[in-house]
Amino acid sequence: MQRQVALIKQSLLDQGYLDEQFMELEELQDDANPNFVEEVATLYFKDSARLINNIDQALERGSFDFNRLDNYMHQFKGSSTSIGASKVKTECTMFREYCRAGNAEGCLRTFKQLKKEHATLRKKLEQYFQLARQAGPKETARRPK
Amino acid sequence: MLNPGQGRGPDSGVAGGSNSDPFPAGLRVLVVDDDPTCLMILERMLRTCLYRVTKCNRAEIALSLLRKNKNGFDIVISDVHMPDMDGFKLLEHVGLEMDLPVIMMSADDSKAVVLKGVTHGAVDYLIKPVRIEALKNIWQHVVRKKRNEWNVSEHSGSVEENTGGGERQQQQRDDADNNSSSANNEGSWRSSRKRKEGEVDEQGDDKEDTSSLKKPRVVWSVELHQQFVAAVNQLGVDKAVPKKILEMMNVPGLTRENVASHLQKYRIYLRRLGGVSQHQGNMNHSFMTGPDPSFGPLSSLNGFDLQALAAAGQLPAQSLAQLQAAGLGRPSSLNKPGMSVDQRSIFSFENPKLRNGQMMMNSSGGNKQVNLLHGVPMGMEPRQFAGGGHMRVQQQQICGGGRVTGQNVQSSGMMMPVGGGTSVLPSLGQQQQQMMLSSSVPRRSDLTDTSSNRVLPAATHSVVFNNFNSELPRNSFPLASAPGISVSYQEEVNSSDAKGGAVITTAGFDNPSYDIFNDYPQHNNNNDWDLQNIGMVFNSHQDTTTAASAAFSSSSSTQRKRQEVVAEQVQNHHQQLPSQSLNHMNGSGSVRVKSERVAETVTCPPATTLFQEQYNQEDLMSALLKQEGLPLVDNEFDFDGYSIDNIPV
Repeated sequence: MQRQVALIKQSLLDQGYLDEQFMELEELQDDANPNFVEEVATLYFKDSARLINNIDQALERGSFDFNRLDNYMHQFKGSSTSIGASKVKTECTMFREYCRAGNAEGCLRTFKQLKKEHATLRKKLEQYFQLARQAGPKETARRPK
Repeated sequence: MLNPGQGRGPDSGVAGGSNSDPFPAGLRVLVVDDDPTCLMILERMLRTCLYRVTKCNRAEIALSLLRKNKNGFDIVISDVHMPDMDGFKLLEHVGLEMDLPVIMMSADDSKAVVLKGVTHGAVDYLIKPVRIEALKNIWQHVVRKKRNEWNVSEHSGSVEENTGGGERQQQQRDDADNNSSSANNEGSWRSSRKRKEGEVDEQGDDKEDTSSLKKPRVVWSVELHQQFVAAVNQLGVDKAVPKKILEMMNVPGLTRENVASHLQKYRIYLRRLGGVSQHQGNMNHSFMTGPDPSFGPLSSLNGFDLQALAAAGQLPAQSLAQLQAAGLGRPSSLNKPGMSVDQRSIFSFENPKLRNGQMMMNSSGGNKQVNLLHGVPMGMEPRQFAGGGHMRVQQQQICGGGRVTGQNVQSSGMMMPVGGGTSVLPSLGQQQQQMMLSSSVPRRSDLTDTSSNRVLPAATHSVVFNNFNSELPRNSFPLASAPGISVSYQEEVNSSDAKGGAVITTAGFDNPSYDIFNDYPQHNNNNDWDLQNIGMVFNSHQDTTTAASAAFSSSSSTQRKRQEVVAEQVQNHHQQLPSQSLNHMNGSGSVRVKSERVAETVTCPPATTLFQEQYNQEDLMSALLKQEGLPLVDNEFDFDGYSIDNIPV
């Protein structure tokens, strides 16, 4: 089971959903903080959902305050980077580029893509954590059982 | 062993935390970030490093925490983009009020922002995602700061008192003991201390004795600061000496050393604020009387500064207005006294020579690290200033701050340290300088409008350096390490030099090698201006340089003035080639920088040689200096009797 967990994680890494930062986080997990990564991920999704909401509203308004949008996205990018959400981060960067260029359509398009990536990652991570919890503490092969 | 007062404070006693933990474990870190995910991760990482972590998601809360427990934290880590307060503003506040090292972090790694961090005095800048390895060594900033303070206090009070130094030394020693590098530190401290004592004519004995006394860290409350300012004003900024101030203040438990180091900071602050107006005709660094705000809340800062400056008569009415307009309230970006301390040491070149050449050219704002290194002590900071004219750079090491609205240093590469200005700065002492710088920044901007970005920043740098030297005989501030600081100085210098900043002491600018400058111009229009200004400053300041040079030759006080003058000049300068002025300046003042500058691409003026203290960056600086080809000048900086003893090169 542990191996399964490891495999899933590896595939997430390979597919670019996650990057080394995620591994760094896992390293921080230990017996004293056995569910650290999951906690962080949960926090991330909660916070990012809020940000996405804000951005959605801002975009819906149609006024396209690029500065503000860029600000939101900067925050989003920051947390996505911290958790190692690689694809999401890429979309964030692109979104900010469009903001800087004042390209409203590009922003909308990218944002849609971003939401998609975000949702996908969320699902995958949920699966991953579930499995990891089932596999037992310290699943990530870091510590010998 | 003495109670580790520095940074440890009573809180550290928590369960005997700091004392019982082997340093750096138990380091009390305050981390501020509005992003909860990052905050959680950072907390976890810091705990893994065995630090004592307090997390906070709002800058205001962080500030109140810090104010409530003045000695409750050793270091602060803050995000740049926060909704309730700009990270740089927080940086300034912390630097001014608590004098703690602050590390900035952000997902944004653009040069401009990193440079801003430097100019505002951040001791470091981390790019997100932050890795634990980056956090493992943050304790170095705490140690470095303490050491710098030790030096500062030692020097600042050297003429009048030695007690302060002793105390700090003790603390440092204590800390050092726990440090991996303690052996080195102690050795260097002791030796440098001894040297300084000898040269500066300090009473070593006193130091030794005092060090055995436990001196709690003094918290400069608003009231205390006001008392201080009143005393200084009464005595006259130039004449205000710690001993007399102490007597006038009549505060029990306050030592001359406390006053001395505070005075230093204050002078820097004043310089920054009154740089513009002051230079005009007065070389004196009476800035000091002015700004004081740094000690109090930022808002009050502005008020104080202006008033003080006004009172001092140093600041012409218009400057005051300008300052105010500039929003002294923005001190945030400027001072980071804490940080710049290290940097300042770099400035300590004070030697007029340095001023000119001191441009801490931090090579490219983008790389914060590079800047430091690059800048070879001189602190290519000028660049930073150039960016926004605002070089708010708080003296801090990396001179990032460019409060300048947007102009921030970053690219302007203004880094040309104003020869005159910098000298003033050094004297203020690191912290003061920072303050000064920040204050000067606002002014500058006023002076020149947006275009004020020019040179000023740069000038400050050099100025800063110069100042130090003159002020602190022992400025052990490694010039090299103070890339940040230099920037700050420059700003101040610049501001004070509203005149036309011809006096760009920053030797650095001349160097074509500064790529940063080239880069920067694209940044803002100002940038170009800055660079040019720097050059111009030199040129146009033919006369100023003379004045400046004259200033250089004089005592520290003069130096200060010079710096101011220089700063002014720098500010005002028109776009001329700095090389001319540099040379000119160099000629007049024994500014070594000039020759070196010209010769070398890197303008790191010899100022770096002033390192008295061994900074961690010393080696770096040495390396940089070597690259630059700048010879470490020991003697040159000595002009004020400051002996540059351990210039690590």
